[in-house]
Amino acid sequence: MTKVTLTVNGRAMSGECEDRTLLVHFIREKLGLTGTHVGCDTTQCGACVVHMDGHSVKSCSILAVQASGSTITTIEGLAGQGELHPVQAAFKEHHGLQCGFCTPGMVMTAVDLINREGGTLTEETVRAGLEGNICRCTGYHNIVKAILAADAEMAGGRQAAE
Amino acid sequence: MYATSYHRASSVEDAVKLKSANEEGKYLSGGMTLIATMKQRLAAPSDLIDLRHIPTLRGISVDGRKVTIGAATPHADVAASRELAAICPAICKLAGHIGDPHVRHMGTIGGSIANNDPAADYPAGLLGLGATIVTDRRSISADDFFTGLFETALDEGEMVTSVTFDAPEKAGYAKFNNPASRFAMTGVFVAKTAGGVRVAVTGAGSSGVFRHQGFEQMLASNWSPDALANVAVDASNLMSDMHANAEYRANLVKVMAKRAVASAG
Repeated sequence: MTKVTLTVNGRAMSGECEDRTLLVHFIREKLGLTGTHVGCDTTQCGACVVHMDGHSVKSCSILAVQASGSTITTIEGLAGQGELHPVQAAFKEHHGLQCGFCTPGMVMTAVDLINREGGTLTEETVRAGLEGNICRCTGYHNIVKAILAADAEMAGGRQAAE
Repeated sequence: MYATSYHRASSVEDAVKLKSANEEGKYLSGGMTLIATMKQRLAAPSDLIDLRHIPTLRGISVDGRKVTIGAATPHADVAASRELAAICPAICKLAGHIGDPHVRHMGTIGGSIANNDPAADYPAGLLGLGATIVTDRRSISADDFFTGLFETALDEGEMVTSVTFDAPEKAGYAKFNNPASRFAMTGVFVAKTAGGVRVAVTGAGSSGVFRHQGFEQMLASNWSPDALANVAVDASNLMSDMHANAEYRANLVKVMAKRAVASAG
């Protein structure tokens, strides 16, 4: 067993696991944060997306020991005090989910996309940004709509702050 | 996944030492192929030697027209490099279309070429650019490096530390994606380099990435998509699978080559 130490959603956390334990299982089973989902187990669906040191990654394709020492943000770390993150609020407003299983990965992907390309997103770039995330319910239309709305909202917020 | 032991290397020397002490071990870079393969129990290395935390392996440096990319540089960094985009936008475009955003944040250039998947993008890019692959012990030209399906000139325990190339006068890359995996069903990289025109094809050859001399000769005298119109592509050495047979791929090779030339301008 190896000790893995992470900063998760702003808190230092650690736990013991086998070297072969995937980050997603460590997050769900050792840390009890079950918002991050396992969808396909073959590195294709993106339900397990978290941010590692500020970048979106598939936590089903990284060993927990590989991530040790890094800073992780999961879906549980997005909302402020009782208030949804703008991307979460936009998914709610625009009905960007049906069954909701892919939603944590979709939202984490959207936040990463807005962090990188915020203010310049188009339907095309959003769809390209969702290449690594599969949704079996919505047909993506409302997810794309929600991300564009969140981007506009957050760009407005950035302008107001300047 | 079968049990494995993880080691985090702090330097290239440390990594090579760990590898020689663990014969059944494997170097682990971004892990975007290796971890997935281990999950399917198609690979079972006794030890993993993680190269992601070796600072000297990461980064892009541009000196005039000479480019050096550290082996552990993720695809996203290559895709987003403005310095690189200024002198060789084709390699940025290539990197920006590997897999998906999450894969590009982890997957590395060194890992990609050491694995030499016959449908990976970077082997075409580096062969097309006439790049040099630098390892912990020597330099290998791309022409000598890619030797077959998942085969390279790397010796046991040898690791890629960087790749270098001179920015070409012109270059372009076009690929036809497998709609599910985003691997290239056929991808063609074309470059007009100081050493001549080079055309490298991935995703199609039954022995992995290869150069197309017929295209190179035609483009050397006439750099335009039309120059390729009457060059035949031999289907006999191309892959056939459930996605595309060899004849279909032969057509894709030509169409992607023309698009690559068009995109290079």
